[in-house]
Amino acid sequence: MKLEEITVGLALSVRTAPHKLGVEITGGYASDLLSRVMARAKRGNLWVTIQAHPNIVAVASLLELAGIIVAEDVELDPVTIEKANQEGIPILSTAHSTFTIVGQLVQLGVAGVD
Amino acid sequence: MERGKEVTKVQELVYELKVEQAMTREVVTVTPQTTVSQFREIMRVNRLSGTPVMENDELVGIISIEDLIKALANGDIEATVGQKMTREVKTLYSDEPLIQAIGRFTREGFGRFPVIDRQRKLVGILTQGDIIRGVLRELEIDYHEEEIHRYRASHIFEDIIADRTSLRFEYSVVGQDFNRAGEASSGLKRTLSRLGIAPPTIRRVAIAAYEAEMNIVIFTGGGQLVAEVRPGRIKIEAIDNGPGIPDIEQAMQPGFSTAPEWVREMGFGAGMGLNNIQACADEMDLQSKVEEGTHLTTIIYLDKGG
Repeated sequence: MKLEEITVGLALSVRTAPHKLGVEITGGYASDLLSRVMARAKRGNLWVTIQAHPNIVAVASLLELAGIIVAEDVELDPVTIEKANQEGIPILSTAHSTFTIVGQLVQLGVAGVD
Repeated sequence: MERGKEVTKVQELVYELKVEQAMTREVVTVTPQTTVSQFREIMRVNRLSGTPVMENDELVGIISIEDLIKALANGDIEATVGQKMTREVKTLYSDEPLIQAIGRFTREGFGRFPVIDRQRKLVGILTQGDIIRGVLRELEIDYHEEEIHRYRASHIFEDIIADRTSLRFEYSVVGQDFNRAGEASSGLKRTLSRLGIAPPTIRRVAIAAYEAEMNIVIFTGGGQLVAEVRPGRIKIEAIDNGPGIPDIEQAMQPGFSTAPEWVREMGFGAGMGLNNIQACADEMDLQSKVEEGTHLTTIIYLDKGG
């Protein structure tokens, strides 16, 4: 499934790198602990978190994640937006909680990487 | 440059690029009242082979050189475009991906598609030539530079004549600066990919380097990340000047962390960093003296051909 379909299906707002939405999702991972993400998330995964500081872009870029969903409308740091555009990492915002958005992702057919 | 990679990149681009990014925006149009001989002149002057027909700002038809040749063959030189044009115009939407357009060209065999927006207003025209130019332009912007870097860098070992060769990359890491945290490992990752190191190896190096870099950022006043690439292995060293780790065995316990609360709230300091490094490393050595500093050495072997 493409990130674009997920963006439309879950009514996410695209905050950065809109030209990268054509990428195919390899699965999903949710955590706010960055070391957990580093250890577990796979290339092409979609990552759900409530962290919004610039380091999430570094994590996503190093792991070559497909994108980041920032839940609960947590305000993005301007540096986060700038870096994400630079690195070509799509950040998608939603008012829903991590729990709800992960549930919706699973319904759309995005599998967790366990 | 490998052929396989190029093809993949082009495929990616035709999915990513929209029709509007490749189309010609300045469209030469005619009206149904234009005569066939005027149309021929317009085609010749603008070096075109077909054009949309507009009436009162509305797309009413399309006419091509083929229609012109047919009209000339019948001696209809004074006929109007309105009489000779095709009325059922096949169009593309400006926000459709290029891959859609490529499929339509292949299936329907037209030479050009007028491009309309979602309000059905004519905004451009797309030929197969436009698609090729659009993709090439994007490749140039997106990729060419990176590929040149990569080509130059991946051949560097071949050009060096020595009994032992190593490449050393040093990155300064600023302590407590969470905005710049991760830049050293990102730089190292990009460099290794230009050197042609295999992606799974790069991933292990990237994770180890990131965690080591974050430890310097979180716990120290700053330090250095040093990577040394030799045929067969990559060594990553993280060096700082303190405060040092009092009990290394304890620090290695998964989940043990001395990170302050505000750092944990940002998602750092989960007590997993050193464990992540260990999981990625083929060899790992951690030396530390309180008040003097910490020296972490990680070695990752390169796979054959990596």
